[in-house]
Amino acid sequence: MAEFENHEVLVDATQRTYAEGYRKLDAYSPFPVHGLSEALGRRKTRVPLIVLLGGMTGGLGGYFMQWYAMRVDYPFNIGGRPLHSWPAFIPITFELTILCAALSAIIGMLALNRLPEPYHPVFNVPEFRRASLDRFFLCVEATDPKFDLVRTRTFLEGLRPESVKEVTS
Amino acid sequence: MPDDANKIADPESNDRNYVVSPLGYPARVLGPGETYETVTDKIATVVLKQPYPKGWWIGFGISFALLMLFLYAVTYLLYRGVGIWGINIPIAWGFAIINFVWWIGIGHAGTFISAILLLVMQKWRTSINRLTEAMTLFAVACAGMFPLLHLGRPWLFYWLIPYPDTMGLWPQFRSPLVWDVFAVSTYFTVSLIFWYAGLIPDLATLRDRAQTRGKQFFYGVLALGWRGSAKHWQRHQSAYLLLAGLATPLVLSVHSVVSFDFSVAIVPGWHSTIFPPYFVAGAIYSGFAMVLNIVIPLRKLYGLQSLVTMRHLNNMANIMLATGLMVSYGYLMEAFMAWYSGDIFEQYMMLNRAFGPYGWVFWLLMLCNVLIPQVLWSRHVRTTPILLFIVALFVNVGMWLERFVIVVTSLHRDFVPSVWRMYYPTVWDWATFIGSIGLFLTLLFLFIRFLPMISISEVRELVAEHEEVEK
Repeated sequence: MAEFENHEVLVDATQRTYAEGYRKLDAYSPFPVHGLSEALGRRKTRVPLIVLLGGMTGGLGGYFMQWYAMRVDYPFNIGGRPLHSWPAFIPITFELTILCAALSAIIGMLALNRLPEPYHPVFNVPEFRRASLDRFFLCVEATDPKFDLVRTRTFLEGLRPESVKEVTS
Repeated sequence: MPDDANKIADPESNDRNYVVSPLGYPARVLGPGETYETVTDKIATVVLKQPYPKGWWIGFGISFALLMLFLYAVTYLLYRGVGIWGINIPIAWGFAIINFVWWIGIGHAGTFISAILLLVMQKWRTSINRLTEAMTLFAVACAGMFPLLHLGRPWLFYWLIPYPDTMGLWPQFRSPLVWDVFAVSTYFTVSLIFWYAGLIPDLATLRDRAQTRGKQFFYGVLALGWRGSAKHWQRHQSAYLLLAGLATPLVLSVHSVVSFDFSVAIVPGWHSTIFPPYFVAGAIYSGFAMVLNIVIPLRKLYGLQSLVTMRHLNNMANIMLATGLMVSYGYLMEAFMAWYSGDIFEQYMMLNRAFGPYGWVFWLLMLCNVLIPQVLWSRHVRTTPILLFIVALFVNVGMWLERFVIVVTSLHRDFVPSVWRMYYPTVWDWATFIGSIGLFLTLLFLFIRFLPMISISEVRELVAEHEEVEK
């Protein structure tokens, strides 16, 4: 794991590591860095899809609930007005769409990130405390096929880092 | 990179010498000399440092006393029933609904700042969004309390929620009052999610900076093991942006639904199509006033003038002025439509509103909401915190009076003169209202004490941008 002083060096180093052929990489930064996930070879996330599905479930489910309650389960004649009075069902349909979409956004985000995860090997490096303050890290994982303790270390040292540390698991 | 030499030691000076744009407005979002470290220090020490400043204890003490008043008033209410309030037929709504609408409105500025300004990429929102989101949550919590207490039998509130009950009944989904239940509970949930999603990376910062075991554990549990991985950030940013997109129509819908409570009824003065937009503008108006009332003392108490700068105060004052004018237009149109409708009940309602027994409230409202905020046209007022604070206070009072005028003067004289009655709030009405302010402030003081009131990770992004510009 290499430690860097600012985000530009980190993006640059990540690109070079990726170009070198390493794939099991992760970069750590105290704030979202533009272009970093692209440098790691990632394109899209599935979060928007989950939110769309969640919202559609909420909206359709909400409308169905009202239709079922007012039309089928408990029809109640109020001055001869239609039982399936759809304009009056819109506010609740809308609110439930938003509610389910928002819930799926947070739950989807946490689930895809495998959080909560109280223990992770990177926390074993004492310097890593600064990843949430003002330092930027790049970590090549040992499961990477190209990983070799000595050669990877030499390669990382060539990227102008502040320091290179080994992560014990 | 700005070094320590040009760092300004005295935060007050940010209020005196600030860079101005060619048009003469405060230009910088952050004070000069802020780095990742100073930003983290300033925000995190507020939470992690012992002992607390004296101002915090005084403020918390007063708020907590008011909270106790609230609990006392509510306990007596549960014991005796809503008869202890001044409400009766025809004024069945009274303070409970006035306070409900007022609190919900205050919450709106928080979502406006955090969601709408994020979508339109207004960078200055960063220093204040966390605090205003918290304000939203607490204001909505206060708001939600009032309709429940007003139910008469609050312990049966769950009858409002659709669940398979033994009576085989459903809530009446065509009623605006049921829409309210969905709107307010959705609003609270989504605000909470949005707030927490933004808070996770900052909780990780606090976890890594905390010195004691207890604090490390407390923030560590809340941070869910966040480690700032780029993959996590990517998903986090995507979810955060989507939440902002979801919260934007939500904030507009909530106060619209609240206004349907009124406008769907046929009471003169309520039955009007201008209500939804006029309520939303009023909500943002009072919300920004409350933000200013909170932020101005806080930045002074904790020396945050270089993070919440003149630029923020100026911008918020501008929004307040703009929404204030929309609200004034609403008042004008209400009067015009009452006259133009040719409906004698509507016309009488308007005359009674201005010159009837509650006329003085109406004119006080005009003074607070229409006349006094016009001083915001002056740049001097917008950039003088103490004057801005006073104007915001007037706006908050004015918006409360507006709801009083709408609820009480419309109900107290409607169609048949034989049912005309006056409404006088009792000491319990006042105790519940003032007590709810205590609840709000207590939550706010605890929040300031235990959680970072400014988003650390987002301010760091700003710092990074400032550096790039200055290179």
